Amino acid sequence: MIRHIIRATLIAVAFAWPAFAGLDIQEITSKGGIKAWLVEEHSIPFVALEIRFKGGTSLDLPEKRGATYLMSGLLEEGAGTRDATAFLRASEELAARFSFDAHGDALSISAQFLSDKSNESLELLRTAIIEPRFDQVAIDRVRAQIISIIAADEKNPNDIARNKFDELAYGDHPYGTPSTGSTNSVNLLERSDIVTAYENSMARDRMYVSAVGDVTSEELGKMLDQLLGALPGTGSPMPKPAVVSITGGITLVNLPTPQSVAIFGHAGIDRNDPDFFAAYVMNQVFGAGGFTSRLTEEVREKRGLTYGVGTFLASYDLANVYMGSVASANDRIAQAIDVIRDEWGKLAENGVTQKELDAAKKYLTGAYPLRFDGNARIAGILVSMQMDDLPRSYIDTRNDQVNAVTLEDVARVAKRLMKPENLRIVVVGSPEGMQATN
Amino acid sequence: MRAIFIRLSTIVLFLIPATALAQANVTTFKLRNGLQAVVIEDHRAPVVTHMVWYRVGAADEVPGKSGIAHFLEHLMFKGTRRLKPGEFSQIVAANGGSENAFTSLDYTGYFQRVASDRLELMMKMESDRMQGLILTDDDVVTERNVVLEERNSRTENNPGALFSEQRQASLYMNHPYGVPIIGWKHEIEALNREDALEFYRKYYAPNNAVLVVAGDVDPKVVERLANRYYGLLRTSRDLPERKRPVEPPQLSERRLTYADARVAQPYVIRSYLAPERNPGDQRPAAALTLLAELLGGSGITSVMGSELQLKQKVAIHASAFYSGMSLDRTSFGVIIVPAEGVSLQEGEDAMDVVIADFIEQGVDSEHLARIKSQIGASEIYARDSLQGLARTYGEALTSGLTVEDVAQWPDILQSITEEEIIAAAKDVFKRQNSVTGWLMRDEEGAS
Repeated sequence: MIRHIIRATLIAVAFAWPAFAGLDIQEITSKGGIKAWLVEEHSIPFVALEIRFKGGTSLDLPEKRGATYLMSGLLEEGAGTRDATAFLRASEELAARFSFDAHGDALSISAQFLSDKSNESLELLRTAIIEPRFDQVAIDRVRAQIISIIAADEKNPNDIARNKFDELAYGDHPYGTPSTGSTNSVNLLERSDIVTAYENSMARDRMYVSAVGDVTSEELGKMLDQLLGALPGTGSPMPKPAVVSITGGITLVNLPTPQSVAIFGHAGIDRNDPDFFAAYVMNQVFGAGGFTSRLTEEVREKRGLTYGVGTFLASYDLANVYMGSVASANDRIAQAIDVIRDEWGKLAENGVTQKELDAAKKYLTGAYPLRFDGNARIAGILVSMQMDDLPRSYIDTRNDQVNAVTLEDVARVAKRLMKPENLRIVVVGSPEGMQATN
Repeated sequence: MRAIFIRLSTIVLFLIPATALAQANVTTFKLRNGLQAVVIEDHRAPVVTHMVWYRVGAADEVPGKSGIAHFLEHLMFKGTRRLKPGEFSQIVAANGGSENAFTSLDYTGYFQRVASDRLELMMKMESDRMQGLILTDDDVVTERNVVLEERNSRTENNPGALFSEQRQASLYMNHPYGVPIIGWKHEIEALNREDALEFYRKYYAPNNAVLVVAGDVDPKVVERLANRYYGLLRTSRDLPERKRPVEPPQLSERRLTYADARVAQPYVIRSYLAPERNPGDQRPAAALTLLAELLGGSGITSVMGSELQLKQKVAIHASAFYSGMSLDRTSFGVIIVPAEGVSLQEGEDAMDVVIADFIEQGVDSEHLARIKSQIGASEIYARDSLQGLARTYGEALTSGLTVEDVAQWPDILQSITEEEIIAAAKDVFKRQNSVTGWLMRDEEGAS
C-alpha cells in the first residue's frame, strides 16, 4: 500500500559530488568495433549488461503495427538449437536473468548473469540475439498473450486515457497508437513480418551498450564481439519525427466506473533546447516534486481531490509533449481539473518564487547521486546517457546546469511552455459537470 | 515477455523469493526502551536507506475501524510539535531524499533514502513523529478524502481488486486477514481524528518498532545516533499482545463468482489456507515456497505452464503463488487464465488434473535443481538492491521472525527434499480450506 504513485523524475541531472570520484566510467571499443561504457564493480560476483537499439516499435511498417513488440517477446522463446522450453531451462540452470522489451524509442535487452557463469550465459544470450527461431508455435502462443493484454488495456481507464491522448497528439505517426498493436493488426502478423521487424530494428548502427559489475574492460571487449559481432551493420531508416498536432479542449470517453482518470498536456520542449534545464526545474516545482509540488499541494493536500497528481516532460526521441495525469471521483474530477488549469495559467503568468526555485534545485542536485546505487540501475543510466548523446563527464558537470537556472529563466520558459488554452484534457469515466469540446 | 502477464491480474505475483544472504554485513542491537535495530553495511555508494517499521498492521485494527492503520500512515506526514504539516517531506526533498510509507496486514513502515551524511537528520525527524504527532480535524477530513480516492484508484476502479477483496473475505471466516488493508469504504468514511490518535498512542512506541538502516554507514555510529534520538522515547505500557482471532476448522469449500462489465480477461483463481514461516520452524513454508515455484513459478518451464499453456493449450497463463512472510496463517494460490474458447469450468478442471497428477507423480529432480540454483543466485543478485535487503529484514522482524530466521532461510530452502514438497502439497490442497473464484465478464462467462 505505497502511499504515493508518481515520484519518478524523468531525466538524469547531475552534480559534482565528491563521492562520484568512485564512479569510474570507462569507454571501450572492442576489437570488432563495438563501443560500450563500463563501470567495474567487483564486490558482487555478477554483471549487469544493458543493450538498446534505437527506434524500437516506431520502426513498425505501416499495417504491421505490433510486429516489433511481438518480435521482442519472441527472442527468448526459442533460439539456435533450443526451442522455447529448452531456452528457458538453460537460462534457469545458469540462473541468468534476461529480459527483452520494446517501446516507442528503443528495443532493450537487460541481462544479469553470475560472473563465474559468464561464458555460458553470454553464449545463450547470443543465440537469442543472433539466432532467434521465431517458431510458429511460439508466435501463436505469445500473440495470444499480447491480444489478452490489448483487451485488458482497452478496458483499463488509465490505458484508455493514455491511448486516446496519444492518438490526438501524434495522429498517424507510430507514437499515435500503442506499441502492442491492435487486436486486428496483431492477428494479421505473419512470421515473415516478425523476421522483417527483427532485421529492421536490431542492427549495430543503432546499438548502445553498457555494463556494470564483475568484469574487466578486456573481458568485456571479447564478450561483446562474441555476443553482438554477428549483427548486421545497418537496419531500416530511422523513423521520422512526429508532428504534435494536439489542440486545446476536453475529450470525454464514457466508461461506467466510479473514478474518472484524466490525462492532460500540450506541446513540450526538446531535450537539446537551451531552456530544457529551466523547464526541468520548473516542472519539479510544478508537478514532479512528489509531496512537495504545487499540484500535489493544491489538488491533494489542500483539497483532498486525488491520491495522485503529477506532470512530466515527455521529451521523447521523435516528439516533445508536456503532460500529466490525475484521478478523482466522478463528482470531483471537474474541480480537480479546474484547479490544475488555474495553476497552469498562474505558472505561465508568474513563474516560480525564489524559495521554490531554491528548494527544487536542492532536491534535484541532492537526489542525483542517490540514483547510482546498484549495478543494474547504473547500467541503465549509462546506456540512456549514450542514447541522449551525453559525454561521460556529464555526471560531473550537470548539476552546475541545474544550479545555473535563474528565476528569469524559469519565468521565460514558463511563459513559452505553459499554454492553458492549448491544454487537451482527456477524461475517461462518468464525470459530472464536464462537457466535451470540439 | 513473461513479465507482461503480471498485468493480467491484480494479485501479487512473485518469481524467485527474495532471500537475504549469510555474507551480508548485518549487525543488530537493541535500545533499553525496546527498540530493535538492524544495520546492513554496503559502502559501494554514499547512500543510506533509513526505515522504521511498526509491528502493527491492518490485521490489528478493532472491528468496525477497518483502514485506520493505513489512514494513520497518511496522517503521519501532517506535522508534530516541531514540524508544520508537510515540513517533514519538504526537508527530505531539500536534502535530495526520497521517502514513502506503506501499510500491510502485519506491519506499517516509513522510509527515506538520502545521502549517508543526512542519516542523523532523518533519525531526528522520524523519532520526533513516533510520539509527537499533532492532528487537526481539518487535516483528518482532507486526508480521508485522499484515502477514499486512493481506494477508488486501487479498488473501486479495478474489477480484479474488487474480486480479490471478496475472495479474501471468504477465505478468512474469523481471522482479520479477511478485511482489506485499505479498509471497507463505508468504514473509511467514518474514521476520525480520535480513532487515529488512539491507534497511534497504543502502537507507535520504541518497544513496538524496528529500525533498519542500510548503506554506507558504520554500525557503531548508527547505534550512537539511535540512542541519541530514539533512545529518548517512552516505552508503551499498554501494548496489546499480537493475538488475533483464530480460524475455526473450515469444513466447507467456498466458491464465488464475480461478474463485471469492466472485466477484459476472465480467470479462475483458488486460494488455500496455508502455514506461514514461524521462528525456528520454517520448513513447511520453505516446502510450499518450492512447491509454488515448481507448479507455477516460471511460465512455460513450470508444471502448470508446460502442461496447460504448451501441451494442452488451454491457458494463456497459469501459475501458483505463495509467500510465507506473514504473522498468521497465510494462503497458497493457483490461477488459470483460459485460452480463447476454453470455458472457466474447463480451465479449472484442467488445472485440478495437473495438480493431482503432480502430487501422484512426484517432483522432477532436475526441475528442483534448477530452482535451487536460481535461489542460490538470487542471494547474489539481492545484494545489488540495498532497499530490497532492508525490506526483507523489516518484513521478517515485524512478521514474527528473527534475524537468525532470515539468515537460515536460504539454507533451509536448499535442504528441502522432494518428499517434503509432496507432503506439503497434500497438506495444503484441501478443498474445505479453500475459496475458488471465477472472475467473469458477465453471467455468460460461466458457460
